[in-house]
Amino acid sequence: MTEAAVPEPRIPRAPKVLDASVAIVSVLAALAFWELISRTGVISERDLPAMSTTLQALWTLVQTGDFWTAFAETVRGWAIGLGLAIALAVPIGIALGSSDFAAAAFRVPIEFLRPIPSAALIPVLFLTLGTNLKSEIFLATFGAFWPLLVQTMYGVRDVDPIATDTARSFRLGPAERLYRVTLPSALPYVFTGIRISSAVSLILAFTAELFMGTGGLGVAMNVAQTFGLNDRIYALALATGFLGVGIHFAVSAAERRILRWHPSQRTAAA
Amino acid sequence: MSGRAYRAAKVAAEIAVPIALVAAWQLWTVARDDPKFPRPTTIVAEFRRLWLFSQFDTHIVPSLERIGLGFSIAVVLGVALGIPLGLSRLGRSAAMPHIEYWRAIPPPALLPISILLLHSIGNLQKVSFIAFFCIFPVLLNTIDGVRGIEPTLIETARSFRVPPHEQIRRIVFPAALPQIFAGMRTSLALAVIVMVLSEYFSSTNGVGYVLLISKNTFQFLPMWAAILLIGVLGYVLNLLFLLVERNVLAWHRGWRAATPV
Repeated sequence: MTEAAVPEPRIPRAPKVLDASVAIVSVLAALAFWELISRTGVISERDLPAMSTTLQALWTLVQTGDFWTAFAETVRGWAIGLGLAIALAVPIGIALGSSDFAAAAFRVPIEFLRPIPSAALIPVLFLTLGTNLKSEIFLATFGAFWPLLVQTMYGVRDVDPIATDTARSFRLGPAERLYRVTLPSALPYVFTGIRISSAVSLILAFTAELFMGTGGLGVAMNVAQTFGLNDRIYALALATGFLGVGIHFAVSAAERRILRWHPSQRTAAA
Repeated sequence: MSGRAYRAAKVAAEIAVPIALVAAWQLWTVARDDPKFPRPTTIVAEFRRLWLFSQFDTHIVPSLERIGLGFSIAVVLGVALGIPLGLSRLGRSAAMPHIEYWRAIPPPALLPISILLLHSIGNLQKVSFIAFFCIFPVLLNTIDGVRGIEPTLIETARSFRVPPHEQIRRIVFPAALPQIFAGMRTSLALAVIVMVLSEYFSSTNGVGYVLLISKNTFQFLPMWAAILLIGVLGYVLNLLFLLVERNVLAWHRGWRAATPV
């Protein structure tokens, strides 16, 4: 991820090409292996449709409007869930992170609510919000909120006290300190949080769709399962995976772009 | 405010706020008087009736078994794959596309497939499902931990002609251990979530099953008791894990500094 930032001491060009070709060969080999075990019947073609069959099913699927409606619905659940989580978790995280007192007051509730698997809330949502978009968004927001909250709190607490004191001695008011000191130095943490939360939000949007029938790819998969359309189940799983990968790369790219100025482009992923 | 008074107020707030929240919940449910939202005191009573210990064997034990087995398999595989991948750059190039893909896929998307492939809705499917998704945090942290090892350490060992397997046992593994533990902690939390999901889909016992059945039959009390149980389970497992980690990593000087405060 940070290969670009840290110059490699060895010959710079050749290994990159080698790495890329190894990656491509490895993906092709895996696809060939999939085709092989299905065609030779190591795993029956009913249980594991061959790679070519699945890709064909996916190709048929992406030519239908229904698929793209479902796709857009899942993306909508993900985006609104993540957006609400950011709008809630970042301000609350800043408030709790900058006040020792508030952090202590809410430590126990946070520590207790955070590990509750959001999936456990599905039955409650059935009873309250019903099986609709509201439930999907609530679930996605709830799940995405906690990692981002905790990251923001750490980030704000990790602000260099000397920087804050300097700002204070220059008589910067609290609002300006927040904007010029706290936010910029907490931003890398916040972005790590957003990266984690964006994955969580997608997982929970899909979970809500699969278990509560709130529309989207989850419902499409449920239908495919009910009718025993195995190649479609695989095609939809493949598509969902691509959506996940796409979101991951998009968020990482946004992070790199926005944090380009930051000296500590971290090496380790959280 | 003096320092001591401030600290006292802080402790008071730390105790008072959770109590106030639970009290508010209690008052709200009393005022609302809706069978969908039983009072917290009633939920706790139901929790004790169900889980301590009349249904413990039938539902909690199977769930714990699945978490335990799935998590252990994931840790063993994650470390066993992560160490060689951390050491080999080409290995990483070959493996990363697969890892990136599989860890980005929402777990429930593979639930129907896991049933198709494994011809099972029992422990085989549930444990494999949990293990599959718990591998990634351990694997990625192991790779990262191994890559982060001070090169001098390995070069020193090499110049003393320490054989490769001894290098791994004495240098690579211990040096990566703090980060492996960080991955294991993430995996454990994930295991609880994935366990609930897997039991929520074609199952005959377990905590997730109780949740599903009580919802479907409109038995709100057992449903809330199951939710409470899942929360407690996640909390207690995390606590136990921190205890183990503190013991195992006691030798590691920087481990406190390495974990975020």
